[in-house]
Amino acid sequence: MRTLKFLLRKEFKQIFRDKGLLPLIFIMPMIQLLVMPLAANFDVKNVNVAIVDHDHSTYTQQLVNKIGASGYFRIANYSDSYKEALHLVEHEKADIILEIPQNFERNLIRENNQKVFLAADAINGVKGSIGSAYLTTVLTDFNSDVRLKWVQPQRLGAVSTIGIDYSNWFNPLMDYHKFMVPAILALLVTMVGGFVAALNIVREKEIGTIEQINVTPIKKWEFILGKMIPFWLIGIFDFTLGLLIARFVYGIIPVGSIATLYLFVSVYMIALLGFGLLVSTYSSNQLQAMFVAFFFMMIFILMSGLFSPVENMPQWAKVISNLTPVTHFVEVMRMIVLKGSTFANIKKQFFIEIIFAVVLNSWAIWNYRKTS
Amino acid sequence: MSAIKIEHITKTYDKGNVTALNDISLEVAKGELFGLIGPDGAGKSSLFRILTTLLIADKGTATVDGFDVVKDYKQIRGCVGYMPGKFSLYQDLTVEENLTFFASLFGTSISENYDLIKDIYVQIEPFKTRRAGKLSGGMKQKLALCCALIHKPTVLFLDEPTTGVDAVSRKEFWEMLKRLKEQQITIMVSTPYMDEANLCERIALIQNGELLSVDTPEKIVASYPQQLYAVKADNMHKILNDVRFYENLQSVYAFGEYLHTTFKNDEAQIESKLTAYLQQKNNSGIEIKKIEPTIEDSFIRLMTEASLIKQH
Repeated sequence: MRTLKFLLRKEFKQIFRDKGLLPLIFIMPMIQLLVMPLAANFDVKNVNVAIVDHDHSTYTQQLVNKIGASGYFRIANYSDSYKEALHLVEHEKADIILEIPQNFERNLIRENNQKVFLAADAINGVKGSIGSAYLTTVLTDFNSDVRLKWVQPQRLGAVSTIGIDYSNWFNPLMDYHKFMVPAILALLVTMVGGFVAALNIVREKEIGTIEQINVTPIKKWEFILGKMIPFWLIGIFDFTLGLLIARFVYGIIPVGSIATLYLFVSVYMIALLGFGLLVSTYSSNQLQAMFVAFFFMMIFILMSGLFSPVENMPQWAKVISNLTPVTHFVEVMRMIVLKGSTFANIKKQFFIEIIFAVVLNSWAIWNYRKTS
Repeated sequence: MSAIKIEHITKTYDKGNVTALNDISLEVAKGELFGLIGPDGAGKSSLFRILTTLLIADKGTATVDGFDVVKDYKQIRGCVGYMPGKFSLYQDLTVEENLTFFASLFGTSISENYDLIKDIYVQIEPFKTRRAGKLSGGMKQKLALCCALIHKPTVLFLDEPTTGVDAVSRKEFWEMLKRLKEQQITIMVSTPYMDEANLCERIALIQNGELLSVDTPEKIVASYPQQLYAVKADNMHKILNDVRFYENLQSVYAFGEYLHTTFKNDEAQIESKLTAYLQQKNNSGIEIKKIEPTIEDSFIRLMTEASLIKQH
């Protein structure tokens, strides 16, 4: 135990002297938490619509006004040539073309039926699909307006429409930040914990200090604990920092119990440090460790459900996703912070993280023994 | 009982393709200053790493201070001091912090064993608040030696301690080793510099993982079988080429300002015959004299012999 104390003292001295590491641990998470939630916004706004109007009637005027007033669209062009509109799409000045055929108004009234044409630029898939979905909603809306106007006088009361009211649970205003901030916080803890710990241990190998340590009577578990405890504490510290930023910058107050949150993070950090240790036992220098850790981080980030819901993934991807500790952490973060889940609700994820912690650490220690 | 006993140690790397050590047997007595001399890649570091329990040999056994390097590695780690070839202390800790840290890992303190390191430590003490990474090469060496000595080891392993250190610091370093020897510490030191061999009590010459000779420097020199001649002329490049084609020649190599040569049969008039031959080849300022071989001559002979045997 006495040795451990000396190791920890040495480790903290080194961490606080490392001019490159300090900003990585303390400044980077803050900046990311301040910048990323603002940038990572999936609300689609400012879709540029080019309208090709072959009709020039009152109805088309009303339709165009309605589109323009919806708040999602900007009328990029208004002409009667499809070619001209397509040209705009080619130059990325328009995202969607709405073509209104000739005699739109007349046919709509006479034949109760008329078709319009929508063409969306699918290079930006999100903008294309969400944009045309919005536009379809506007058209449907317009359609029912027209029908109400024309049909009602003839057959009073016969038209029954379904009114829809929304109620957004756990995030009433559908505030995107509330969804992203807890997840990004989870990611930051992951980066600091996984990356920095892996690099730190490999550094001892690279500089050769581990040779000198190995010929002392120090025990393996002491050395490993001496490495893990400081980064565990740093992870918890960064997490606290993140919670404070979430509270004072984004106004997010965890609905659930803070204690449950910390309990989960504590176990999660152990799993993650096991991952870092594992990477370090397989790499011989910092560059290698960096790339290996980076490779896994990419998988963790993209497959953890941070940006795209895990439910949308194909079956095989879901399996991979469930095999990363980050996925469960992101899920639990959102559950506790937004939904106020209790320990009973997150029990499953909690035990999964315990399994991760045990497996990763045992593997790492086993491999560490083998190599030296 | 010998301090270090190595029996038939073999170590290969790369799944047996590269042989680092081939059937090495060696004994070092207690309190001896033993030198392991050999070129880079001879297997010196591998042997050190096996003896300090950092590496496990494929075959053979070794004991340090009576402890087996595999079975009793824990005891060995408590009683040996090891200074790796590469500076391996914490560059971002100060001199004092490094020393305190290693002392505490061994459950001791600087003051407890201050006598042992005093001579060395006083030289770096003025810089004790400086980070180890900011020290000069010689200073780093001294600090590393202090760290290896801080727990009063019975056996000290120094892997190329003088590589990359200036001549003055090297000399100082060897003087320090002699003083440590007086404290009854067994020292095993490796070096690629042959001139340092004379400073050891006994030396082992190692090349390509094999021991060529183990003896005192004096005996190794005395075992030189032939008369050695030093040859010199105004144009050294030309004379080297000419001597190479002399029919009675056995070996020739440049050594300082002379060529050192040996001949197949040591006839009486060899000096005059060679002079005549060289004059005929238009060499001027010819000087030939008999000399006593140095330890380096002995090594060069042993190494060329060993590689000749390997070729045939």
